[in-house]
Amino acid sequence: MSLKGYGLLIDYEFCSGCHSCEVACKNERNIPLGKWGIKVETIGPWKAEGDRYEFNHIPCPTSLCNLCEERIAKGKKPSCVHHCLCQVMDYGPIDELAKKAAEKGSKVVMFLP
Amino acid sequence: MRQEWKWEEDGYEVIRSCAWSAPGDHPVGCGIKLYVKDGKLEKVEGDEEHPITQGRLCPRCLALKEYVYHPDRIIYPMKRDPKDRGNNDKWERITWDEAWETIFEKIRYFTDKYGPETIMEFTGTGRLACMYNNLLAYEAIGTPNCCYAYSGVSCWGPRNSVCAYVLGAGYPEIDYAFKYEDRYDHPGWPLPEYVVIWGKAPLESNADGLFGHSVVDMMKRGTKLISVDPRVNWLASRAEFHLQLRPGTDAAMALGWLNVIIEEDLYDHEFVDAWTYGFEQLAERVKEYPVEKVADITWVPAEKIRAAARAFAKAPAASIAWGVSADQNPNAPQISHAILALMAITNRIDAPGGNVLGGPPPLNPTGRDGETAMFSQVGEVMPPEIWQKRLAANDLPGYQEIQNYIQPDYTLEYLEREEPYKMRMGWIQSSNFLSPTCSAQPERWHDAVMKFDFNVGTDTFMNPTIQALADMFLPIGTFAEINDFAITHYGMCATFYGSINKAIDVGETVSDLEIALKIGNELHPELFPWDTPEAYFDAKLKNPAVKDQITFADLQNKGVLLPTNEYYKYKSGQIRGDGKPGFNTPTGRIELYSLLFQKFGEDPLPYYIEPEYSAVANPEIASKYPLILTTGARTFVSFHSEHRQIKTLREVVPDPLLEMHPDTAKEYGVTDGAWVYIENQWGKAKQRVKVTEGIMPGVVHAMHGWWFPEEEPSAPHLYGVWKSNVNNMIPSKHMGKLGFGSPFRSAQVTLYLATD
Ligand code: SF4
Ligand code: SF4
Ligand code: SF4
Repeated sequence: MSLKGYGLLIDYEFCSGCHSCEVACKNERNIPLGKWGIKVETIGPWKAEGDRYEFNHIPCPTSLCNLCEERIAKGKKPSCVHHCLCQVMDYGPIDELAKKAAEKGSKVVMFLP
Repeated sequence: MRQEWKWEEDGYEVIRSCAWSAPGDHPVGCGIKLYVKDGKLEKVEGDEEHPITQGRLCPRCLALKEYVYHPDRIIYPMKRDPKDRGNNDKWERITWDEAWETIFEKIRYFTDKYGPETIMEFTGTGRLACMYNNLLAYEAIGTPNCCYAYSGVSCWGPRNSVCAYVLGAGYPEIDYAFKYEDRYDHPGWPLPEYVVIWGKAPLESNADGLFGHSVVDMMKRGTKLISVDPRVNWLASRAEFHLQLRPGTDAAMALGWLNVIIEEDLYDHEFVDAWTYGFEQLAERVKEYPVEKVADITWVPAEKIRAAARAFAKAPAASIAWGVSADQNPNAPQISHAILALMAITNRIDAPGGNVLGGPPPLNPTGRDGETAMFSQVGEVMPPEIWQKRLAANDLPGYQEIQNYIQPDYTLEYLEREEPYKMRMGWIQSSNFLSPTCSAQPERWHDAVMKFDFNVGTDTFMNPTIQALADMFLPIGTFAEINDFAITHYGMCATFYGSINKAIDVGETVSDLEIALKIGNELHPELFPWDTPEAYFDAKLKNPAVKDQITFADLQNKGVLLPTNEYYKYKSGQIRGDGKPGFNTPTGRIELYSLLFQKFGEDPLPYYIEPEYSAVANPEIASKYPLILTTGARTFVSFHSEHRQIKTLREVVPDPLLEMHPDTAKEYGVTDGAWVYIENQWGKAKQRVKVTEGIMPGVVHAMHGWWFPEEEPSAPHLYGVWKSNVNNMIPSKHMGKLGFGSPFRSAQVTLYLATD
């Protein structure tokens, strides 16, 4: 089954930076230390405007991400999506994800790894 | 949920379980599926049918396989000659038969020759040790000395004790719709408009069994946050109000909120009249804390304090999650008293969407089964003349009435002086008190316990404390290796309970309960009618004092039990032992003015005390040590001193980090990533600078729980346990009048570049 046309949608407004996606992915794809299939990058905290701080975690899939094709073939969700503590990750066809992103309206990112 | 706990899938045997201990963390009981092939754990996956966690797992459980099969794990009993303490090369594998024979012989010998009180149990936190340390100490061994070596028992002890004193109930947890299978969608369940996160990091800590990410669940549905925290953690960055207070000033802040809510008449008159005691006196007291004064003390602008207090009080539903920073302060009882008063006068206690009280749990390790409050019940199970011999029994009567654990700061002094008797034997149960987890001035504890004749340690891995002090090591199983029981809040507010189901065997590991039963069956058979964990669970789970009786086997199949738990239990007589409406306090009401505090010589009303060495209280010390030191915030990848050898986790946080503001870094001429020492009149610690705007200038946060499993194990190095040990700088016995609290969150230090 080809996963072309599928992607990951991440609502980073509510990503707590818990690293579960990283470890879940390493388990699934058997990725060694020092390498990642998805890695959480952090911006902040620093003062943005007035009292507000910029503080966002954004998990970025790498070229080791194959969108969990084996799990998908078994009808499961990708491992990162399944375990995400904030339930902010979504997997699906690009057009569906784009619709969801538009509904969310802000602080959301789509990856087509 | 599926009504079975074991099935076949894809050539694996799948064992469903509720994750808890070992490794540690609190009894969160996250739903997990263990995939086993040929008796070996192959992989784990979150259980999507678990009503609370819904398939989610944190990195620690995701790394379970690495933990279970780590080459450093110790899976057979070992012994070492006491003269070789600290020498890693002298351990020698033994059989369980030899281990038991020695243990029985030693306990009998010390008991007969010097009395059972010369044996002392040390418990760690967050593991199943917390459920069975009382059973092991008081009933199996028969000693009255069970010790949590935490200065001022400053982890949950003060909060729970104050709940017992003034609320007469167990810890009130925020309502995250945990009573219902359909959770947040349950008809009529009110989403809290505000959740106050006060000195707590629930996402990283899942403290006491609160599933921390439920806060995020509620934020996504529209709940707003009020954060009271010196650091800009992720939740604070998303809070509507972030009150970034000076560390250690929480009591002033809470009194300031009370001042606003009472002066502006934002409290619930009906509730106050019907269910509280001493409102007039509290109203008088809070006049001493006008908001401008509180703003001066806490460094938070007055308008912000007012706005947050108003938002909390006016919300139709709101709750307060208050954390361990309320304990790690000599002002601890007053902080919790004031916070409980805030919940009470705004009618949040046991209200939907507020702070919910637990129903009677089947098992309450520090109180009576079937009651949620923490009252010392040991006098009932052990001969009073022996109970009276526990260390510090005659000190601090207020403490003694509540706590089973001996008071640690007094205990340390008695051990050092070998008074009123010399301690002979120590039992270190899943504890690593030399690492900066809990004990203040850990070197003093090291020297004191070194004087014991014989020490046993039980754990999954060797830790610096057991390496330094023990003569025998007993291997504990992970939760994949045992049958047990996960109950959130250790029963003090059991949001749910579930079974821990054995999936694999690893070496010769056993559970904490098996150890207690084995010793109990041998030495006190009259107290131990159960010879297997399952028989013990059946006896507890069938406790007539609880509504939802079940056998262990049924619980295994059921998976998770959401106990019957109505709101407003105090109205229907479900809180007090005698079945009358009200709370289990002397007046039957929530005591804003505490008769028990008064009885024990403490001020019956909350008040603020300035941190002892702050620039306000002690300008001389503060000029030498100008930076405020706070410590104790958790990360996602370790449980206090645990998990340091798990490489997948260590890679996320490889070093002990010292957070400081860019201005502070500039002032001290240090840059991000530099190794520095922080130091004060008691000691020093080496940590690595992390420059961040997420902390105020003039305040530094040091990580706790650091040791280095990759370094030299033997003494004196002991895996580098002294090197980055932040607790070197925290003095013992700097606590409140009642024996609670400690200055972990508001010490003073200076800082310089490390050249070694
Ligand atoms: S989809 Fe699978 S492979 Fe890709 S990042 Fe997530 S867990 Fe890793
Ligand atoms: S698992 Fe989810 S919440 Fe955690 S870091 Fe990854 S995306 Fe963020
Ligand atoms: S909170 Fe505890 S039980 Fe739950 S996933 Fe994390 S380590 Fe496991």
